Amino acid sequence: MTVTDEATAGAAPEIGKERRRKEDQRLITGRTRWTDNMVLPGMLHLAMVRSPYAHARITSIDTAEAKAMPNVVTVLTGADLADEQGSLPNAWMATPEQVAPPHPSVAVDTVAFAGEVVAVVVARSAAEARDAADLVDVDYEELPAVLDLKRADAGDVLAHPDLGTNLSAHYVYDSVDDSTGGSVEEAIAEARESGILLEREYRQQRLIPAFMEPRSICVDPTGEQLVVHTSTQVPHFVRVFIALVLGIPESKVRVIAPDVGGGFGGKLQFTPEEVLTVIAARHTGKPCKYTETRSESLMAAHHGRDQWQKLTLAAGKDGTVTGLKVELLANMGAYLGLVTSYIPMLGARMYNGIYKFPAYRFECRNLFTNTTWTDAYRGAGRPEATFAIERIMDELAAEVGVDPLEIRKRNWITHEEFPFDTVAGLTYDSGNYEAATDKATALFGYEELRAEQQRRRDAKDPVQLGIGVSTFTEMCGLAPSRWLGEQGYVGGGWEHAVVRMLPTGKVEVLIGTSPHGQGHETAFSQIVADRLGVPFEDVEVLHGDTQVSARGLDTYGSRSLSVGGMAVLAAADKVVDKAKTLAAHLMEASTEDLQFEAGRFTVRGTEKGMGLGEIAFEVFHGHNVPEHLESTLDADATHDPDDFSYPHGTHLCALEVDTETGGIKLRKYVSVDDVGTIVNPLIVSGQLHGGIVQGLAQALWEEAVHDESGTLVSASFVDYLVPTAADTISFENEHTVTPATTNQLGVKGVGEAGTIASTPAVVNAVVDALRPFGVNDVRMPCTPERVYKAIHARDGAGTGGAPTVGAAGPHFDQSDTADRSAGADSTDRPGDDNGSSL
Amino acid sequence: MIPAQFEYVAPTTLEDALQALADAGDDAKIIAGGQSLLPVLRMRLNAPDVVIDLGRIESLRGVRDDGDAIVVGAMTRHADVLTDPLVRENAFVITKAVEVLADPQVRHRGTFGGALAHADPAGDLGAPALALDAEFVVAGPRGTRTVAAEDFFVDLFTTALEENEILTEVRIPKRAGWGAHYEKFVRVAHQWPIVAVAAAVKVDGGTIREARVGLTNMGSTPLRARAVEQALVGQPATDEAVRAAAASAAEGTDPPSDLNGDADYRRHLATVLTRRAVLAAAGA
Ligand SMILES: Cc1cc2nc3c(=O)[nH]c(=O)nc-3n(C[C@H](O)[C@H](O)[C@H](O)COP(=O)(O)OP(=O)(O)OC[C@H]3O[C@@H](n4cnc5c(N)ncnc54)[C@H](O)[C@@H]3O)c2cc1C
Repeated sequence: MTVTDEATAGAAPEIGKERRRKEDQRLITGRTRWTDNMVLPGMLHLAMVRSPYAHARITSIDTAEAKAMPNVVTVLTGADLADEQGSLPNAWMATPEQVAPPHPSVAVDTVAFAGEVVAVVVARSAAEARDAADLVDVDYEELPAVLDLKRADAGDVLAHPDLGTNLSAHYVYDSVDDSTGGSVEEAIAEARESGILLEREYRQQRLIPAFMEPRSICVDPTGEQLVVHTSTQVPHFVRVFIALVLGIPESKVRVIAPDVGGGFGGKLQFTPEEVLTVIAARHTGKPCKYTETRSESLMAAHHGRDQWQKLTLAAGKDGTVTGLKVELLANMGAYLGLVTSYIPMLGARMYNGIYKFPAYRFECRNLFTNTTWTDAYRGAGRPEATFAIERIMDELAAEVGVDPLEIRKRNWITHEEFPFDTVAGLTYDSGNYEAATDKATALFGYEELRAEQQRRRDAKDPVQLGIGVSTFTEMCGLAPSRWLGEQGYVGGGWEHAVVRMLPTGKVEVLIGTSPHGQGHETAFSQIVADRLGVPFEDVEVLHGDTQVSARGLDTYGSRSLSVGGMAVLAAADKVVDKAKTLAAHLMEASTEDLQFEAGRFTVRGTEKGMGLGEIAFEVFHGHNVPEHLESTLDADATHDPDDFSYPHGTHLCALEVDTETGGIKLRKYVSVDDVGTIVNPLIVSGQLHGGIVQGLAQALWEEAVHDESGTLVSASFVDYLVPTAADTISFENEHTVTPATTNQLGVKGVGEAGTIASTPAVVNAVVDALRPFGVNDVRMPCTPERVYKAIHARDGAGTGGAPTVGAAGPHFDQSDTADRSAGADSTDRPGDDNGSSL
Repeated sequence: MIPAQFEYVAPTTLEDALQALADAGDDAKIIAGGQSLLPVLRMRLNAPDVVIDLGRIESLRGVRDDGDAIVVGAMTRHADVLTDPLVRENAFVITKAVEVLADPQVRHRGTFGGALAHADPAGDLGAPALALDAEFVVAGPRGTRTVAAEDFFVDLFTTALEENEILTEVRIPKRAGWGAHYEKFVRVAHQWPIVAVAAAVKVDGGTIREARVGLTNMGSTPLRARAVEQALVGQPATDEAVRAAAASAAEGTDPPSDLNGDADYRRHLATVLTRRAVLAAAGA
């Protein structure tokens, strides 16, 4: 631990301070540079024509009428761009044998999901582009579509007939092959004979990232470099892929992610819309902008989750787990995006959770369907894994007849056992599951709530209490580069930072991570302020522009602090080293006699001293810099992490189930997270609050539903139920601090922890409330209808496991004005609309 | 999202508005608060040539006392209905419904008349209006007519309004001293009801003397649960008696099936929510 080093001795360290976020004023008021706020001279606007069909052959596209509309500059179709558009990249193959169809930005002859772009209209105003898009006449010949994941596995209908299969890849991890554990089949055989064998199947419903700012791209082709503003998490990736996919020299491309309004993995992508806006700008020679509508965002920006998870858990009679087998079906959707194919595999190493399992096997079948493609969504693979293991551990507790916490204690890694080599081939560096759990149960009032639960059960209270436990860990801060290479990832895991001393003593920090709401400007300022001994306010953090922070691997997977922060730290330390040499020269002292404290070098035993700012001014004019030294203090650093970071924690949820309606009311939510050293408690709390709500949303509210023709039914926020503050309660978040041993600050990622932990805590609570009714699962989202039916399954009300069916509630009348009177047929639903535009 | 182009007119008198409507014929749409119309236009589910804004017609706004009834102007915003003392005193079930209608933003734009004219069967105002025997005052080229609530709601998004007519105000017979409650069942707070029940009861010495019960989202229009109303009269305001009466709440209904629940589940909800609404209204 080097948090309190000599640099900050005396002054209160910035690290650990509850700093309000520097970026909040501009982000919250919106008076800032969002991509859609950009207006460039002569700028043109794009509108997309999208397929209403999930699977169809395009038999003809007539653009004549659209082209004839006033102020329409051009209309581009797949036929026009077939040779130019290339194929969108997949950067992480699940297996070397993986197969996939080409991934065009605009469909050429077939469409494989509803929402796929079939033509692009370019006009002088957004309204004119939209009007003309309605006039592009596309003829389709509908093809059989495969929408359901299990149906896709059966393979009788193909999402891409030319591929000859729906199976993209079959991935296997087995502890026997990796020499990390024994044979699962043996464990299963033994459990069947003389122990406990549990087989469960869980459904990870499809989710939509639903970031606040819809995606927007604004491309300026009028200078020497093509300037691409895009609402992305990954400007550096976008630059590389524009070069690779479109054949434009990378040096001629500048990508800027200005302020970005959220991503949650949904903007970890190189998108068709980015490619098409670049192409339109190059074709017209004018700045071009495209901003998606919310409906387009919901149907065509990538989705997340969508898996079937089959688990077989073998245990001794006392509940000691002897083996775990996981068989997944994972829905890729229609195409492979940037990391689509590897998302389930990011969970492959996590199904063993915090436990000591002697044998483990994971298999995943990646399948194509005619739906929007899936990719990273907050947690990406780890929430799925954590959900499944935490759910089945509860089932094991029920089977053994002990408290869910007790079954965990019998199986978890104890704090003396770290570092711990897991059965899935990872090394957990540090943690203390006992401490987090003890703290959480005390805060929660676990025993009292259990007693209340018993009273309600005894009294047959129509309102039952459920208590859910989730003791999670996760792997984040993707790393190291070498390991990623071994797993077939095209990219690396390093991060880069530059620290620049300005002549007036202010500091510029250039970071390769790309914040989109996380507060990097604040957290990295705190780190640098401590290292350099300069005021927090004097540190300016610059990011998201490939011409400013030229090197970087961007932001996702809770990597920014644990990886990017270390690069910032290393660069700052180099600045201090350089300054020290100069200070010694300027004060005519030896470096050994210098000490650095609160931003000042002083010569031991003398009155002499120089501030970092003074030295910065010295190098600015350079008058007194000796010949053998460069006249600069600036430094950069690239940090490649030693390993992942493994945050963990115990989340406890109490909720009330109204057995008459199936309605759920949250009662209490406690989390004790261990994210190592905390740089800014306010930011950590914000990440946890938002993360927990997003996990609750999967448990209770959100689901992307397609109808049988492949149209997204939950296509607006009327039906895709993103919760608001009104739907949740105040959470109690506390911490234990077990510093990571794999980075200098001892920090662990926190960006996804809440989301990963909370979903199983909530569903475990729902199931816990219903156990007396013979219920052992409720499918997510646990809607009141599902809960009600689960309770009454025994008296014939169906089960809580049925898929979501049915149309959306209409709410918006689409009947013509003329038809408003009695007798008019106005029962059409928005989802039935087969018009070619949105 | 961008609507198709339309002409916008904002008359300051009802006469001018009616004239504009007559002039535009089939191709006009009235805009009140725009909370339902704008999404329709933006999603291009409808593309009128002319949009006639009633927002500048002062006479359509506000709540007044009219002897044995209160009169709510069509353009009165939900937020103003919510805090209106006349409504609270004489039609409390409407206050209760508006309290849980949408979110604060929508309540500050959306209007009483707009919501009723829109006739979404999941709208929160239809059932209370029906339960209270409201009368809809409608102005058209041939003058003014009054439509009883029973006749106003015709079908999904369909009312007795002709295309050249404007809803000007809604008369609600006073029911001072009645207890009322609106029981709305949702998954998230900002949602339209999956099912909701409006109940207004006159209780005297622990006995229910009169009862009005309206159902939201149990068919293509708001519905009256008359069987429940009849069964309640003369009953004590106790859980047992109300439960028995509420059991018939779903009789004769034809609820939809959608993402939030199927028809059977809604029928079940109707009985539970009716019991709760009536008990709460009765102060039991
Ligand atoms: C996010 C959101 C959530 C909502 N949640 C709910 C909810 O929970 N419960 C609920 O009840 N409602 C809800 N609503 C709808 C809300 O109540 C609307 O205000 C209402 O449905 C329409 O009122 P408006 O004044 O905005 O009408 P507009 O949208 O302006 O008009 C609606 C329709 O009525 C017609 N019209 C309007 N006024 C007149 C008139 N005087 N004469 C003739 N025709 C007229 C219009 O031509 C149009 O067809 C919600 C709306 C939104 C946007």
